[in-house]
Amino acid sequence: MDQLLSLFNTYTAEFPTLWMTVKILLLPIVPLILAVAFFTVTERWVIGWMQVRRGPVYIGKGFLQPFADVFKLLFKEIIIPSKSNLFLFRLAPMLALIPAFAAWAVVPAGDGMVHSDVNAGLLYLLAMTSMGVYGIILAGWASNSKYAFLGAMRAAAQVISYEIAMGFALVGVLIAAGSLNLSEIVRAQGGNGGIFEWFMWPLFPLFLIYFISGLAETNRAPFDVAEGESEIVAGFHVEYAGSAFALFFLAEYANMILVSFLVPLFFCGGWLSPFPESWGLIGKGGPHWLAVKVAFFAFMFLWFRATFPRYRYDQIMRLGWKVFIPITIVWVMVTGVLVYTGVLVPNS
Amino acid sequence: MNAVIRYFKSLLLIELLKGMALTGKYLVAPKYTVRYPEEAIPKSNRFRGLHALRRYPNGEERCIACKLCEAVCPALAITIDSEQRADDSRRTTRYDIDLFKCIFCGFCEESCPVDSIVETHIHEYHFEQRGENIVSKQQLLAIGDRYEAEIAAARRQDAAYR
Repeated sequence: MDQLLSLFNTYTAEFPTLWMTVKILLLPIVPLILAVAFFTVTERWVIGWMQVRRGPVYIGKGFLQPFADVFKLLFKEIIIPSKSNLFLFRLAPMLALIPAFAAWAVVPAGDGMVHSDVNAGLLYLLAMTSMGVYGIILAGWASNSKYAFLGAMRAAAQVISYEIAMGFALVGVLIAAGSLNLSEIVRAQGGNGGIFEWFMWPLFPLFLIYFISGLAETNRAPFDVAEGESEIVAGFHVEYAGSAFALFFLAEYANMILVSFLVPLFFCGGWLSPFPESWGLIGKGGPHWLAVKVAFFAFMFLWFRATFPRYRYDQIMRLGWKVFIPITIVWVMVTGVLVYTGVLVPNS
Repeated sequence: MNAVIRYFKSLLLIELLKGMALTGKYLVAPKYTVRYPEEAIPKSNRFRGLHALRRYPNGEERCIACKLCEAVCPALAITIDSEQRADDSRRTTRYDIDLFKCIFCGFCEESCPVDSIVETHIHEYHFEQRGENIVSKQQLLAIGDRYEAEIAAARRQDAAYR
């Protein structure tokens, strides 16, 4: 055992890149892919139950359904349209997937449980979540199909519109937390008040707007005009089949889980317990609290999808530009006043 | 004033929350779906499935070759040939039902004076070869023999309403 450990230590010292790769595979990527797999089957269950159906129940009681789906997709032929731009057509799924996975580098799962505890973590996150839309635009453009192109245009307009509201909502968090580091933002929400110390109370409108913008950013119902099946079939990925389609699917669901992580981290105290710290064991923070919060917000994604009809395109634009952006600007000012008057103390 | 109320209603997402309450209620409601091969819904006594020819308790076939069913059949699915048997009674030599033509209307059963041709509750059957869709007299009698108890029970239950 000691020999093994020393061997391990020499190897990690000799090949730091290899060790980093193993760490990245072990922490975000494999659990993330598994989470996406079970998220898809949970989505089918929840939507089924809300429609008074049962959802998938046959393959391993439904639990193995995502694996059956994945293997089906992987064994299917990849059809490449003859008039498409081959290079961009192949690049697009990767461009959608890579930022969706890369963003996880700065997402903490618990106190100190983060790959890179960088101070500009929030800026990095904003950059990565915006990068994903390049994959979508390229996919629509390179397919050389009018439906794919329309879907890509819609997705681009939508993501750009909601990026602004999202950014402004995060400005409020920055003012309140006094830091760009995600772990610091969570620690700023700690204290003896438990749930009442979280940013979701003073920043309540920003909290709602951030989550709804997150829905729009990931092209989920009710903002999924980018793939409105009644009008433009499947939108930007209409020409993709087999494993290329699976990559888009993976990226979309990874982004959904990412948003489900970010909302608790920014507004709901991350890994902190909702009970005061003085309550002993139950008041102690940990990854399990974050898991509960993430599960809640991930469930909200599914609940929205099962409940709301798709927004019309002009309604989406109106909501983004004429409702969300003014409200966020006003509330950023309110947050500033709160901090100035000492109601909210950053870095506490 | 109304505009202000409407503005706040839309701003506070009242209607969206109402919708979510509704779907949330259905999330835990009992499900309508029947897991068909594992569980089945009960069938009526008047269910019209696969045909059968019945016999009397002494083993004699009921059919007297009156050909009323052949005449009434709207799809012309029944073909009957008959002859005079050694004991001078009239019996069928051939009683074929083409199940591809049959529309399962139940007229044959209604028209039968001796309750010979009946439609059972069997609806799960299939054919693997061309020609198997034409069911012969022997097959019909065999179905009748096998399911006589259930056929008789269903007829008894329904007798008061006929």
